[in-house]
Amino acid sequence: MGKAARRLIVVIYLLALVVVPVALVFWNALKDGLGPVIEALTDPVVVHALQLTLIASLVSVVLNAVFGVGVSVLLVRYEFPGKRALNALIDLPLSVSPVVVGLSLVIVYNVRDGWFGAPLASLGIQVLFSLPGIILATTFISMPLVVREVVPVLQEQGTDQEQAARSLGAGGWTTFRRVTLPGIRWGVIYGVVLCFARSIGEFGAVKIVSGNLTGKTQTATLAVEQLYQNFNQAQAFTIAAVLAGAAIIIISVVAALRVRVERRGA
Amino acid sequence: MSIVVSNVTKRFGSFVALDDVSLEIPAGRLTALLGPSGGGKSTLLRVIAGLETADSGTVNIEGTEATNLPPQKRNVGFVFQHYAAFKHMTVARNIAFGLEIRKRPRAEIDARVDELLKLVHLSQFADRLPSQLSGGQRQRMALARALAVEPSVLLLDEPFGALDAQVRKELRQWLRRLHDEVHVTTVFVTHDQEEALEVADDIVVINGGRVEQAGTPDEIYDAPASEFVMRFLGPTTHFEGHVVRPHDLDVFSIAVRDSVKAEVTEVQRVGHEVRLSAKPDSASDLTTVSLTRAHFRDLEVGEGDTVWLRLAQGASQIATEAAR
Repeated sequence: MGKAARRLIVVIYLLALVVVPVALVFWNALKDGLGPVIEALTDPVVVHALQLTLIASLVSVVLNAVFGVGVSVLLVRYEFPGKRALNALIDLPLSVSPVVVGLSLVIVYNVRDGWFGAPLASLGIQVLFSLPGIILATTFISMPLVVREVVPVLQEQGTDQEQAARSLGAGGWTTFRRVTLPGIRWGVIYGVVLCFARSIGEFGAVKIVSGNLTGKTQTATLAVEQLYQNFNQAQAFTIAAVLAGAAIIIISVVAALRVRVERRGA
Repeated sequence: MSIVVSNVTKRFGSFVALDDVSLEIPAGRLTALLGPSGGGKSTLLRVIAGLETADSGTVNIEGTEATNLPPQKRNVGFVFQHYAAFKHMTVARNIAFGLEIRKRPRAEIDARVDELLKLVHLSQFADRLPSQLSGGQRQRMALARALAVEPSVLLLDEPFGALDAQVRKELRQWLRRLHDEVHVTTVFVTHDQEEALEVADDIVVINGGRVEQAGTPDEIYDAPASEFVMRFLGPTTHFEGHVVRPHDLDVFSIAVRDSVKAEVTEVQRVGHEVRLSAKPDSASDLTTVSLTRAHFRDLEVGEGDTVWLRLAQGASQIATEAAR
């Protein structure tokens, strides 16, 4: 088979699977002009859903960046019993269906008999059907992304530079801040960007945990589904276009970063 | 004494890297830790720096009990085989690192960095990143970085091991001159006997986690304490139940006093020297002799001829393990 033919197959495959459907989202959103789009984007329900997604995603990304880097350092730089188990556990959110994750959170955090839910409820903290639950589900789902990006970068960096910093008088924290972190920063940024992209698109786990209350605990993806099923197509496509647009921007950033990281590696 | 190591033992699992090592390293001198790979010399250097902790034993640096001090409190400069350059910092920032950690005033740091850049001949590269330097330049930068904090001892772990032969030779002579200028107590690890003999004031031969011998290059070379030391410092051969150096044997074409009759089995020319293999009548092992080309020509002997061998005056010799 010729080179041109192989290329054509790949292009058709990508067009059919990705480009056309995504393009149609934008086309559908804009087919009646900007009027319905502006109308949708000023609807308090839509605005609330987008805000909720943004807040939940940002908090998740911060949590996962901090814990992701911490866990990565633990996995790469330290030896301890149970390390392999921890390593495998980190990948769990990638392999388990988000719906299952949502259900398991409901079991643990429900107010009636949840192991964590009941004690928290007596302290006046409600996790399910509110923002903490949404953040929890989003964070759980996107947890492995930072770790999986940072671990190989840390391994490649080695311990020489850290030891040199120690011998020059730097303590543990200073060494981390001035030597380790700058060395892995592109890996961290790359992981954070992927984590953010995954977070804004989360649907299954959040749907179960949030209760999907319109204007209260309904995130952008949940709103798209509900509006579409209620024949509110203009609004549904507008939110979908916003989410798709955000994803495209993020992917462009990732692509640009990848070039930088690879150039540095060379 | 600048560094005193007492009864240090270090194990990695079941492997004994250091076996009850005691050692004193004098102040202001350039000392080589010499030995084969896996013999424990790098581990000993890392124990002195605090990058490894000894299972037992103590380390004292400049009169300070350092055994339980973390590396950042020992005031040692450490230079790694693979440079360990801070990749995201310029050459100048790399060198300034230790001074910035110590929160010295900016003006003082800048002045000191300038001075060190001159010392290691990298002034024009101050604003480059390490990735833009050659291996030799990176190692000079690493050396300046270690010297910046005015360490009480400077430790170098196979500092020239990753460089090619030519740069290696240049840098070790440069290190010797640098040490003559700076006079900081310096210990470097090497597996290259020529490097140790050429550069060091003192040599400590380490093998199998133990100190085989410590002394000046002349002492080590002329009076090796063991067959291992003798073999490690240069080529050896067997003669009359002893291990001797091939260039310490005289060859004659006629019988002389105290000589041993032997038959030449092989003649091999290697550059400026000629290596004769000869089988003495009295022994089953071959003896190798190295001669200059001129001397060999004067002898007028070839394969199958008879020669007489005698140990030169003042030659170092050690009874072979089998003979003892």
